[in-house]
Parts: sequence; C-alpha cells; structure tokens
Amino acid sequence: MALLTTRRPRNVGGYALATVLAVIFLLPFYLMVRNALVTPDQASSADWHWLPDPVSWVNFGDLFADESVPMASSLGNSFLIAIVTAPIATLLGSMAGYALARIEVPGRRAVFTFILVTLMIPQSVTFVPTFVVVGAMGGVNTQWGIIAPNLFNAFAVILFRNFYLRFPAEIEEAGRLDGLGYLGVYVRLVLPNSGAMLASLGSLLFIESWNAFLWPLVIGQDPASWTAQIALSTFLTAQTVNLPALFAGALVTIAPLVAMFLVAQRFIVRGITASGLKE
Amino acid sequence: MTSKKRRDWRAIGAFAVLTGPTVLGLGLFKYVAIGWSFLLSFNDARGTLDLGKWVGIDNYTTLLADEAFLSSLGSIGLFTLFIVPVTFAMSLGLAVLLNGITKGRAFFRTAFLIPAAVSYVVAALMWRMALFNGLPTGVANALGGLFGMEPVAWLSETSPPLYWIAVVTLRLWLQVGLYMILFLAGLQAIPRSLYEAGELDGTSRRQAFRHITLPQLRNTSVAVLLLILIAAFQAFDEFYNLFSSVQTGNATAPVRPPLVFLYDSALGDQNYGLGSAGAFVLTLIIIVVTLLQGRIVGFGKKD
Repeated sequence: MALLTTRRPRNVGGYALATVLAVIFLLPFYLMVRNALVTPDQASSADWHWLPDPVSWVNFGDLFADESVPMASSLGNSFLIAIVTAPIATLLGSMAGYALARIEVPGRRAVFTFILVTLMIPQSVTFVPTFVVVGAMGGVNTQWGIIAPNLFNAFAVILFRNFYLRFPAEIEEAGRLDGLGYLGVYVRLVLPNSGAMLASLGSLLFIESWNAFLWPLVIGQDPASWTAQIALSTFLTAQTVNLPALFAGALVTIAPLVAMFLVAQRFIVRGITASGLKE
Repeated sequence: MTSKKRRDWRAIGAFAVLTGPTVLGLGLFKYVAIGWSFLLSFNDARGTLDLGKWVGIDNYTTLLADEAFLSSLGSIGLFTLFIVPVTFAMSLGLAVLLNGITKGRAFFRTAFLIPAAVSYVVAALMWRMALFNGLPTGVANALGGLFGMEPVAWLSETSPPLYWIAVVTLRLWLQVGLYMILFLAGLQAIPRSLYEAGELDGTSRRQAFRHITLPQLRNTSVAVLLLILIAAFQAFDEFYNLFSSVQTGNATAPVRPPLVFLYDSALGDQNYGLGSAGAFVLTLIIIVVTLLQGRIVGFGKKD
C-alpha cells in the first residue's frame, strides 16, 4: 500500500499543462453556446462580448422557421434512425458473438471468417457498392435505406465474441441442468448478464449513428429524409447564413449526445477500450 | 448415438438462428454489394445501377489518367503524413500526462474526450464560422492580431496552404481523446513492479519511458497507428463541410480528398461505373498501405 504512494512530489507542471489544454479543448463548446445566444449584429461585430448581452433566444426560433432547412423533421429522422439502429445492431452483434464463442458446430470457423473479412474492407469506401445495392432495392430517400446496412456490424460481433469467450461457463451449465436449450440459455441467462457490454456498444453505436454523415448524404437526397447532420451541413453551405441560428443548430444537434455522453461515459470508455484492442 | 445426433442438430439450429441475421445482412450489403459494384466497374454505367455496356478496364484507365483523382491521392497522402504522427504523439502525450495526475483525472479525461461526441459536421461548422472564418473577429485572427498578425483568409489561403492548419487541428480536436483512452488503458496495464525495479536501479524518468513504457505499449501503439491511418484515408466529412458551398459544390475547394472525389463522380455525375472503379482502386491502396505499415511497425522491431 505504501508503495502506491511513492509518487514524486506534486506534479505542478503536469497540472498546469493539463489545465491549459483542457481550456483549449473546451473553448469550441463555449464559442458554440456564446454564438448561439448573441444577436446577429454581435455575431460578426468587432466589439467582442464574452457573454451575450442581451441573450437572444430568437435564434432557436429562426432555426426552426427557416423553410429551406427542415430542421425539426431532420432531428426527428436522426432520432428515429439512431434509436432503431443502435439497439438492433447491438443485439444482433451479441447474438452472433455468443454463437461464435460458445456453440460448437461444424463450419463455425467458416462463419467467423465470413464475418471477419468484411472488417478488412474499409467501411466508407463501400459507400458506392452499398448505394448500388440499396438503390437497386428501392432504398433511396427512405429511412430504411439509411438504417438497413448499419444493422449488421462485424465490429460488434467480434467484440461480443471476445467478451463471451471470457464469460463464466457456470452460468450456462446451471441453465443447461435446468433443461434450457441453447436459445433459452442465451435469452434467459446470457443476455441479462451482458448489461455493461450491451450498454457500452449501444451508446457507441448510438453516437456513431447520430453523427453519421456520408451514408445519409448519399442515400437521402430528398429533404424529407434528411438527418440533422445533413440539414446542418446544408445550412452551413447555403448562400446566406444566419450565423446565430447556425450555431443554435449546432447546439441543438450535439446537446442530446453530449448529455448522453456525460451520463454513459463509463460504459463508452469501456467500449472504446475494448474496440481499440480488438487485436 | 441418436441422442448425441439430436443434440448436434439443436446446436446447429441455435447457431443458425443466432448468426443467421448477421450472415445474411453482411452477405447482402457487403458481399453482394461489392460483387455487383465490381462488375459495374467494367461497365459503362451512367445514370443506371444495372449493368450497361461492357467496357473492360476503361473506367480504371480513365480514372488513373484523371488529374483530379491523382491530385486527390496526393492530398490524402500529405494529410496522412501530417495527421498520423501528430495524432499519435499527442494522444500518447495526453495519456502520459493524465496518468501522472491523480486528483481531477476524471475531469481532464472528460475534457479531452468529449469532443469525440461531436460530429465532423458540427466541428467543421465551428472551424469554418468561428475559429478560422477569415474575419478579423475570428478566433485565429484575433489571436494572431495580439501578436501583430494581419487577418488571414484561412480556408482559401493556398500559398502557403494555410487551410491545412484548419483541417489538421479540427481532426486532432475530434479524435485525440479517443486514442488517448486507448493509451491510458495500455499504461494502466503496465505492472508497477517494472517501474519499481527500474527505480532501484536508478533509472531516470526519461529512461523509464523509453525502456519500460514504450515497449510495454507496443501492441496498443500498433493498433492505434492502424486506426489513425485507416481513419485518415477515409476523410470525407470535414473536407466536404469546410470547403463546399451550395453554388459551386466542391469544385472550388483547394483540396479534395479521394472520397469527396468519389462522391462527386458516383453521386454527382451519376457515373456508377467510374465510381465503382474508384472504390476498388482506393480499397487496394488502403490495403497495401495498411499491410506495409503493419510490416514496418509490427515486424521491424524484435522483442
């Protein structure tokens, strides 16, 4: 115990450096809030105010009133897409990962390889091939077209497989003795005991799905199927920009995610750690 | 014998139910998609997703003769050359810094990690409209003004190519925290006894870092390098959102990485044959670079 405290005398330089860096890393968040609450004049005025005075809430109204950018419906689309994609992709990953780790059948190796190979193909390069197939199936401008390809996540499968390889076997044996079949053991015992891993992957996939840009841009060309990221991007690249409303849009888009991130941070960090060390 | 056999069938049934959806989904959206796209890459498929006229390797030769495509490869090479070592060094540095701090570590970890929750679209918006907006009131120009610098139009300044500063800092802000977490996990897995043994031998801090920390982090380092590299090659979101405009699209962008080029030719011009060929050329390049890097980093050193 004493050994653990043999630290060099207080690391003052370390704290100073960390503080300066933390200020730099948090600065964009401050600017986002500040710029979302100033009046349009102040947004580009040389007369700098650290705090908006007066606080201008109309920017949020302007954001949703802009007819060229359907912000409200885009946010709704994003929410629907993330809330469908994340749990299903997580569950499918857990199912396949469990089977690959624990159910011994002939051909298991081949199925594992079949899934693993898709990981080697760089994901965003496949947007052309995926567009080709989803387009041919009539998925352009639809929500299922955005969702469907992301439900099957080889990365999640591999992470869950690694997780279940280390899963205590006694739990399953107890279930087997009670007369449960393979699926019964999975549904009744394995799944309820995978909570932390499910939460971790689920939050990561929610963030990924909410922030996705390239695929929704490719497949959803009609404003009715836009996600929040696409709406914001369109707003950003428009000819004339209402700056405070634009920042209000950024704030509205990241607020739910940052809130979730702060709450689920513990799980998210575990997920990132697990995913980075997959090899 | 019969009971054993029945059990096997049950196992196979359960295995099929559990892996079936994933196998079918990946089969359709990856294998079928890539197969179909590969066929399209040998076809004149403009405005159609059906196989058109067989043109052999014409799409590939057109692509490799296109200066815009070649320059997009050059710019992603340059971007990678910058971003990989800088991201690696910064995330390792931050991890070591946090590892040496006990009080308030959770706060600092959150501060460095939370940008990872922000999308590239929002970050590009911040960089384009607040930090590097070219106005005298933009943060970069205001800071420069304190040191007597003239305001600079960061995103359109091509000689010297100052737009790289905006591009690189944006990506660093967004992803350094993620890799820091990986290094932090790696650092905390190093047995303290190694350092204690070193301390008894009178090892300096710097020596301990070189001879204990770095070798112990080797697996993490290789994984992180690969992840940064692959992510760099797939850059799309920030380039698109920093430079594109409604009137001109990406045409006037000072730099257009391969995925933006691909997006323009596959979706903009609806030339799916050419777009497919581009996808395969890019895939091939990524695989080769990844293998090369794996070779250099993975097998160059001996344990």
